[in-house]
Amino acid sequence: MEIRRDVFKAIADPTRRAILSLIASQAMTPNSLAEHFDTSRQAVSKHIKILAECQLVEQQQAGREIFYQLNPEKMKEVADWLAPFTQLWESRFSQLDEVLHNLKNK
Amino acid sequence: MENKTKITKSANRMVVLRNFDAPVPQVWRAWTDSELLDQWWAPKPYKARTQIMNFIEGGFWHYAMVGPETEEMWARFDYQSICVHDYFKGKDSFCDADGVKNEDDFPGMDWTNTFIESGEGTQVRVEITFKSEIDMEKIAKMGFIEGFTAAHQNLDHLLKSGAVR
Repeated sequence: MEIRRDVFKAIADPTRRAILSLIASQAMTPNSLAEHFDTSRQAVSKHIKILAECQLVEQQQAGREIFYQLNPEKMKEVADWLAPFTQLWESRFSQLDEVLHNLKNK
Repeated sequence: MENKTKITKSANRMVVLRNFDAPVPQVWRAWTDSELLDQWWAPKPYKARTQIMNFIEGGFWHYAMVGPETEEMWARFDYQSICVHDYFKGKDSFCDADGVKNEDDFPGMDWTNTFIESGEGTQVRVEITFKSEIDMEKIAKMGFIEGFTAAHQNLDHLLKSGAVR
């Protein structure tokens, strides 16, 4: 499984993260998405374009409208890639919690 | 009370954020005192074992991660700059039992660990910069990290069941 580097770059941006969480529950048009942001519509479109380029977002045509929806498979790939690191740190930190807890009680 | 670990990655940099329910001096101690580090640094079922610890600028921590079959993985953390109760920076490399670095396979990672007061507790920010994205992939694919998965789930169960604490 090869993940292009720009996937991670794409999700590192706070606006793009917000877009992903908005469309996670329902497909949205570019206009309805843009209403959630203070930036210009062009700026939002640019973010969507980046997300679409790395397949995190898919387009759907419904009549005249274009809807964007999340590609859960791609999101899963990202999560899978990070999983070993997440496990490593969570394991470490659970133990660190215990160490700190013991320090407090001394 | 649940403190979540947040991990983000961009290009060759990884940032790990986590809150702890203890004041900065205690958390700092847990990160810089080898006796305490040995208790938590290695994810289960591994155990960290310190060989040498010299927590000063220019000093280093030489330690082994010892597995359940007593297999050893040696590493060292060279401290480059230290600002007490604030941050420390250094370089983490794999090495052998004598501390000789193995920089051919892994060129080492640059670390900045920052400790920020957050209410009654502490937020720790770990920033790891890999020499290249390829190195990062190598580390991600290393078996010993993958092996932690099952063990971690066990620990999670223990913590949730209240058996620990």
